Amino acid sequence: MSIFVDENTKVIVQGLTGGQGRFHGLRNRDYGTKVVGGVTPGKGGTDVDGIPVFNTVKEAVAATGATASFVSVPPKFAAAAILEAAEGGITFIVCITEGIPAQDEAVIYNRLVEDFPGVRLLGPNCPGIISPGKCNIGITSGDIALAGGPVGIVSRSGTLTYQALYELSQQGIGQTTCVGIGGDPVPGTNFIDCLAAFEADPETKAVMMIGEIGGSEEERAAEWIKANMTKPVVSYIAGVTAPPGRKMGHAGAIISGSKGTAQAKMDALAKAGVHVCLNPTEAGQKMGEIVKAL
Amino acid sequence: MDLFEYQGKQYFARFGIAVSPGDIADTVDEAVAVAERVGYPVVVKAQVKVGGRGKAGGVKLAANVDEVRLHAGNILGLDIKGHVVRRLWIERSSDIAKEYYASFTLDRLNKVHLGMLSAQGGVEIEVVAEENPGAIAFLSIDPVRGLDLETARRWVNEAELDEVAREQAAELLLCLYDCYTKGDCDLAEINPLILTPDHKVHALDAKVTLDENASFRHPEWEEFRADEFEDPREKMAKERGLNYIGLDGTVGIIANGAGLAMSTLDVVNQVGGTAANFLDIGGGANADVMAAALEVINSDPKVKAIFVNIFGGITRVDEVAQGVLEALGRVSISSPIVLRLDGTNAIEGRAILAPHLSDSLITEPTMLEAARRAVTLANA
Repeated sequence: MSIFVDENTKVIVQGLTGGQGRFHGLRNRDYGTKVVGGVTPGKGGTDVDGIPVFNTVKEAVAATGATASFVSVPPKFAAAAILEAAEGGITFIVCITEGIPAQDEAVIYNRLVEDFPGVRLLGPNCPGIISPGKCNIGITSGDIALAGGPVGIVSRSGTLTYQALYELSQQGIGQTTCVGIGGDPVPGTNFIDCLAAFEADPETKAVMMIGEIGGSEEERAAEWIKANMTKPVVSYIAGVTAPPGRKMGHAGAIISGSKGTAQAKMDALAKAGVHVCLNPTEAGQKMGEIVKAL
Repeated sequence: MDLFEYQGKQYFARFGIAVSPGDIADTVDEAVAVAERVGYPVVVKAQVKVGGRGKAGGVKLAANVDEVRLHAGNILGLDIKGHVVRRLWIERSSDIAKEYYASFTLDRLNKVHLGMLSAQGGVEIEVVAEENPGAIAFLSIDPVRGLDLETARRWVNEAELDEVAREQAAELLLCLYDCYTKGDCDLAEINPLILTPDHKVHALDAKVTLDENASFRHPEWEEFRADEFEDPREKMAKERGLNYIGLDGTVGIIANGAGLAMSTLDVVNQVGGTAANFLDIGGGANADVMAAALEVINSDPKVKAIFVNIFGGITRVDEVAQGVLEALGRVSISSPIVLRLDGTNAIEGRAILAPHLSDSLITEPTMLEAARRAVTLANA
């Protein structure tokens, strides 16, 4: 089984007529994802390579029955696009947009929690979600993923996610779902959301968790793992040598004072019984050993 | 973007937060001119983006023109924790009855705004949090609802600010919250927030970090950018649109993706080396970006070897390899380059580079092996 999405998930792309939206939206469709529509205000009635475009999310949902949306719009429009998706009846929103102001993210996160409790936001600033062979929403290259499980992946980093997928696929180890939660300070979906979903999914037998400096979601996830997780977890945390006070590429990857260090996260995870590895390759190998012993 | 104190105070003033009259000075003569204008006594303050200025001798009281000359002369050029003072802030000295602390930042774990207020200001808030956590009044603020005067009044009571300060402080906190939210700050901190003997509340210091992602709606931030970078390498990288952070080591790093770039720094460190920089070229690993990246790294005299770490996803490794060759045709690089190319079309990418490999252009199959090779070259 997959988490959050499956082979029946119908997806619309907000920003389908833009460069990025078109490129990735069509790639997602080519992968086999049910991309049933696009939304661009003022371009309703047109199409992108046969995919119908609507003026609003509401119209798109009414016409297609879509439940998921792929938001690929510039930062200054992203918060409004996410809200429009929720108001239009979408229940799973994937926002890949990088560069959304933190103040906007804080407002939109809480708006969703308060007014749309049934809606899940993935991202912003994330690579999206792929359930190999079933559904790919976002910018992950489908070629490097392998269907069939048994590993679930959750990650704050795009490239490290691709690397994890690739290293597992190279060993012949498939993935149930790979979720990129993104590198911004206010992620809509966090580690625990994904760990809980993987724990509940019978086909996922082990989980790879890739974190990085900044915030304390990894520490909170460690507590959750200790209390609830029965499946093995392999973890890698990037940024051991990152200097404090600097944003390391991702808006959320910053050590503030003494808070958010990689070491603190690794210690917390190790204490919770997680296999903590020192680099991505080691994490791939460790997962290989675990899967072979299943 | 971290602001200097004087920039922070200018930013505060836009949102109606009371600050002391003052101005900047880059020379002793300018310092005297400002002091004469605002009136003695004045405080001469070093403008560096690092804490502990007072202890380092970077903040001095001057009662007359001779003292301004003396202190300004001493502080300009002073090295404070590696930051050389090039600019001063001269302001009218304030009489202080009480020192408080106030700040707003994001509570990342709970995804709400966090206000911190304390009647024990003037020392580092981390120290207060450690030694006397009860002295800080925390306030969680729903970003949708914001902060209102009623709540701010309860908050100043809870923090046990002096009675005479409370109403003014509550109003000032609303202004500070506005500055933090509408002004798109990651952090807006006043330490100390003072009460004067004649019962006025105002900001004596300003620590402001702006959220770069909000630049598009703040054209006024442009004036802060002139002095943004103290590191010439970072200035050069910014001009070329690169996501670069300067470090002290000898291995120059180029990687695609922030996570992979961070990971590359870590791996270089694990095999006994030190990174000269963080540099994420993102998905656009074409010849232009690669050439710009190599130029910036090449400008760093400490760099002895360059490690290019690319993992292809959507970005195809053969395109990256082509980009590297084109870039090398345009810029002359003085250090050997070690490449690790993996992911989508890695085999094709390595084949493109194969005829060009030499002692100064090397490929390794894995991240660890490439790191080892780069570190060996850098340490040779």
